[in-house]
Amino acid sequence: MLSFILRRLGTMALTMLCLTLVVFFLINLDPNLKKLAISQTEMHTSAEQLESWLVNHGYRQNFFSRYAQWLGIAPKQPVINPETGEPTKRFSFCNDPVVPTFSGVLQGDFGCSTKFKTTVASKLFPALGATGILMFWVLVVMVPISLLIGILAGMREGTRTDRTLSVASIASTATPEYVSGVIFTVIFASWLGWLNGSAASASRGITFYNFTLPVMTLAIYGIGYIARMTRASMVEVMTQQYIRTARLKGLSFGSVVVKHALRNALIAPFTVIMLQFPWLLTGVVIVEVMFRYQGFGYTLVEAAGNNDIDLLLGCSLVSVFIVLITQLISDVGYAFLNPRIRVQ
Amino acid sequence: MQLEYIGAFDVVLGVLARFWPVWIALVVVMGASFAYKKRLGLYGQLFDSAVGIAGVGICLFWLFTAIFASTVAPFNPLAQVAIMKDALPGAVEPQSGLVYLFGGDKLARDVFSRMVYGSQIVLIIAPAATGFALMVGITLGLPAGYYGGKIDTVLSFLANLVLAFPVILLFYLLVTPGIMDTPIPYAMAGLFFLFPIVFFSVLFWTRYKKRPDRLYILLGLTLIIGGWVYAGLVFDADPFRIIHIDPNQLNIFVAVVFASSPGVFRIVRGLVMDIKTRDYVAAAQTRGESPWYIMLWEILPNARGPLIVDACLRIGYTTILLGTLGYFGLGLAPESPDWGTAIKDASRLLRSFIHPALPPTIALMSFVLGLNLLADSLREQSMKD
Repeated sequence: MLSFILRRLGTMALTMLCLTLVVFFLINLDPNLKKLAISQTEMHTSAEQLESWLVNHGYRQNFFSRYAQWLGIAPKQPVINPETGEPTKRFSFCNDPVVPTFSGVLQGDFGCSTKFKTTVASKLFPALGATGILMFWVLVVMVPISLLIGILAGMREGTRTDRTLSVASIASTATPEYVSGVIFTVIFASWLGWLNGSAASASRGITFYNFTLPVMTLAIYGIGYIARMTRASMVEVMTQQYIRTARLKGLSFGSVVVKHALRNALIAPFTVIMLQFPWLLTGVVIVEVMFRYQGFGYTLVEAAGNNDIDLLLGCSLVSVFIVLITQLISDVGYAFLNPRIRVQ
Repeated sequence: MQLEYIGAFDVVLGVLARFWPVWIALVVVMGASFAYKKRLGLYGQLFDSAVGIAGVGICLFWLFTAIFASTVAPFNPLAQVAIMKDALPGAVEPQSGLVYLFGGDKLARDVFSRMVYGSQIVLIIAPAATGFALMVGITLGLPAGYYGGKIDTVLSFLANLVLAFPVILLFYLLVTPGIMDTPIPYAMAGLFFLFPIVFFSVLFWTRYKKRPDRLYILLGLTLIIGGWVYAGLVFDADPFRIIHIDPNQLNIFVAVVFASSPGVFRIVRGLVMDIKTRDYVAAAQTRGESPWYIMLWEILPNARGPLIVDACLRIGYTTILLGTLGYFGLGLAPESPDWGTAIKDASRLLRSFIHPALPPTIALMSFVLGLNLLADSLREQSMKD
């Protein structure tokens, strides 16, 4: 088991290395650097001035040496001020070293955000915290509801309840966040006026009024999928021999479901819920932009829209890490929950 | 000047009437399919359940809407009639006397016509991109599952690499205006569009190796048609000027294929690993058939059930992806009538006007729902066998 986890962690590190290299390559393409230079300098700057801005801020160093500096396996070089000849900070708003030091992701330095004029760490981690709160409430809503729907539908296969709930879950998987968000806003904010169509005030304090719509919107897309998986797993368990034995021995249907079926039927949904995180990540971006909630997704869109190189790299590192770690947890947890599975 | 309005009942009637070519086509096709369902195989079996009929009906509805878009839509989707800005549903356009059935948006365009034309964009890109993703996924998944070993390790690692990317980040990186100045989209298009040609060439080669009369015709056709489409799509150098794709649409297309082919790859790989242990594969191996013959003519036909179901779901998923792209304003032109862009434009103004937001959202939702219902009932039917 331990060697399995270690091997998986090794693959994970390799994957993250490859992915950050790809992201690094893509955001450092020449048109993207030009865009960054244009947004960072005054209007109407000449091509030479843009070029000198890029050179002065170290964007014209060798690609691989810059990647190594970002990673922290090569010393980060200070920028030489062309007028004084002194080594200076790359950006005045964050404390880059003025002497060559190893200061990259491995040392915990995520770099400078050019859009928000601060260090990446001081922008990214509060945003992650805000998204964590959103995710927590989404899971609190999504998991019990979807498991309940799945169990009710799978308990008696082929009945009217089953068919109704199955069609409802299919409908919910057909509703992406930007569709359900609009429909919920129209119904609950514009028409009934019960809820707030914007979660911008949620950064200062979460209330039922401003936080329900984002949570609902995000949960609804996942509910259908998890419910369908739970149903499939429940249907399979209900046809097993031991369920028939329990019924024949005279137990009531309710106690068979609760005591015998549920435990075995809930193993598969666990994996599905863990693997749902990468989807939630995309959903988070849409919902946070739609409801103006200042979290991770909002930061990612701002970073991508303004070609904020270090911030976007930080965001991709975090999201790739989340995807991979949830995959690992789901594999390990599955083996743990189901003793029939043995990892080698 | 005061606008004239027609009542809610007339709006409903008007919408139903505008769709007349769609209704006729729908009745003809559904009626014929229902009458001959016994002889239509898997497709015919769909008509045995209400879910299947609903799925087929919704999908065909949008298909015919896309085909007859120019007849159904009363207005040009890009035309702006200044007086109709933010007009409520049922407003009468004074010059032509035609009605803005679902009202006008903030740029005074007809919401109904935009929704109808939006279906064209979705119904061209989503199935085509899914088709290419299937080709790429199958061509790479077959050897990975069949040979295993190093090929499998490398290809699976690459697939997992792409799958570990959050889709939205991938799109922000791949579908930016800046990237069109670099050769990356064209290189990727050149790579992806090669797969169908390779796939069909190998398909015919393995089957008709010993029958040159058939082989040369089929190979020639594949190379000519494939090369023609390839030239048109990748180099925009179609000698007849029929096949043409805008650079930004090519970019979207490539990004969508790139994002969804690893999923197909994983499914195909899993299916192949299961099927290759069957007796008929062993029989083919004993006969001395070549590995690619076994993969393409023994294993692939037996994996078609799950693949068809997956393709249906995947078209729906691609539609959602296209909507996401439109919602973030990536790739598609800002005035494009596709549903995602329309939802983006309308959702910013939800506080003042809700009518431009609802038609595209309901259109997108119903189309994806139709595909999901179709996939669900296909799965039920294939389980019965």
